[in-house]
Amino acid sequence: MIKKNTYVLIKKIILDHEDRTAHLPDDTKRVDYVMKIKGLLTHDANLNDEVTILSDTHRLIKGKLIEVNPSYTHSYGEHLDEVLKMKSIILSEMEDLNHD
Amino acid sequence: MTDYDKVMSKKLDIMKKSLKLDYQKFELEGIAFDYEKMMTDQGYDFSDVRRIQLENNVGNTPLIELKNITAYARKFAKEGYGARIFLKDEAQNLSGSFKARRAAISVYHAKKLGYKGVVAATSGNYGAAVAAMAARLGLKCIIVQECFDSNEKNQPEIIEKARRCEAYGAEVVQLSVGPELFYEFLNILESTHYFNASLYSPYGVMGIETLGYEIAEELLKKEGKYPEVVIATNAGGGNLTGTARGLKYHGAKTTQIIGASVDLSGLHMASDKDFNLKSFTTGHTGFGIPFATFPDRSDVPRSAARPLRYMDEYVLVNQGSVFFMTEALSLLEGMERGPAGNTSLAAAFSIAQTLPKDHIIVVQESEYTGAGKHFNAQISFAKQQGIKLKFGNPLEEIPGTNLIFPNSGKDVKHKKLNMMDLKKSYLKRYKDHIFSNLELKYLEAEIRLDQKDILRLMEEINESTS
Repeated sequence: MIKKNTYVLIKKIILDHEDRTAHLPDDTKRVDYVMKIKGLLTHDANLNDEVTILSDTHRLIKGKLIEVNPSYTHSYGEHLDEVLKMKSIILSEMEDLNHD
Repeated sequence: MTDYDKVMSKKLDIMKKSLKLDYQKFELEGIAFDYEKMMTDQGYDFSDVRRIQLENNVGNTPLIELKNITAYARKFAKEGYGARIFLKDEAQNLSGSFKARRAAISVYHAKKLGYKGVVAATSGNYGAAVAAMAARLGLKCIIVQECFDSNEKNQPEIIEKARRCEAYGAEVVQLSVGPELFYEFLNILESTHYFNASLYSPYGVMGIETLGYEIAEELLKKEGKYPEVVIATNAGGGNLTGTARGLKYHGAKTTQIIGASVDLSGLHMASDKDFNLKSFTTGHTGFGIPFATFPDRSDVPRSAARPLRYMDEYVLVNQGSVFFMTEALSLLEGMERGPAGNTSLAAAFSIAQTLPKDHIIVVQESEYTGAGKHFNAQISFAKQQGIKLKFGNPLEEIPGTNLIFPNSGKDVKHKKLNMMDLKKSYLKRYKDHIFSNLELKYLEAEIRLDQKDILRLMEEINESTS
């Protein structure tokens, strides 16, 4: 059970794929138009329940509860030999100039 | 009528209430409207704009001569060539980009009109800029982003921008891929009664005029002349438009204005599948070309961003070269900045080699960098999406298939777009339309061609079958 007032992420279908605008590439037309938004749960619920949240600007929004206490995990990415190679190209091409 | 059609049919009414700006009063006749009146009839003169920005820690950013980058470019230029490259370090603005200049005026105006909050549709740095200003002025803020594909995979760069908005107290609405963002944006404006802090309102563009003005002012003081060239990264067109207007306002009328975009040809901007194959989510041709050739596709009835009025040349660089120059800026100048803002730097590096040594090129922006928004994060993400990483001729890069990094600084090259083709493409939507004299006069300013050339292009368009 996820308690009322827990910070959660919900997902809501804004437009069913059949109701999407014309003039879309086929791959986009086939999928629903979806929104995600965070806020405080207004009642106790379980994961994947249809719930109502109170958003940061105090809007009540309904949607499917998909994550509890959502956090950021984006990073600087993995090590890349290509970045090392660019570094070595730039530094070696500037080496003679630095010793002028 | 579907919900979608119902909301879209109320578009003009919602726009009007959310901007309190009657665009009708600028309409002239047919396709023509009074652009200058729209830009100057908003109750803010240049000194007001400057004052509002300075009060909010926006503007007066340093203009730095990139001596080592210039030396690097000169290695590949013929004797006597290799213009001096300067960078306007816009990353120093409140919220980390030049977008703070635009947000400063929009959000100030919202507060002045008594709105309780602001909404902006943006997946870029403008979100953080609006959020930061809203925080300062005590307004609520909602940022609406296009963020993830149907596999719910997010663009890392956009996630970082969301984080920054939330840091300033904004609410972030994240959407899947598609132009229906505008539908949800209208829904939010209608239900909240907040102000539409559009990038394309007069406020969103007049805020950038100070950028061009500062460049002109500072170079005149330091170097005794205006720059020969200013390069602006071009997406929606506001950056280039505002900068050029500010330069001209100061008196720099002969400075050449060059737009630069990352070449993403072949990737469809509304494609769910292509969304995460991009390594740049802004500053690219997917916005740059459609917004230059049809500015009024934006989220206001008449866009204040009209790049063809000011652009002397439009050049493209590839993704691999921009990453390479981002690395060079860190290694040679000690300035770690975000990749998208360095699009015009990559173009400047190549263009400098075609200009005499005593010429000055100004790269008019930089942006902050960080997790997600770092070039290493972007390249790493591309690799995970199956994009091949290669070294070779950057001009052979195929967007969505590979990233090609240069083997040497000498391989960083720009590609010129044909301005006449762009102007023709602008005119295509008026196929079979008979222009009045007033409309022709409007077009002369709008695409900077004389009537004779406009009529010649129209003849070609009318004769073509497509």
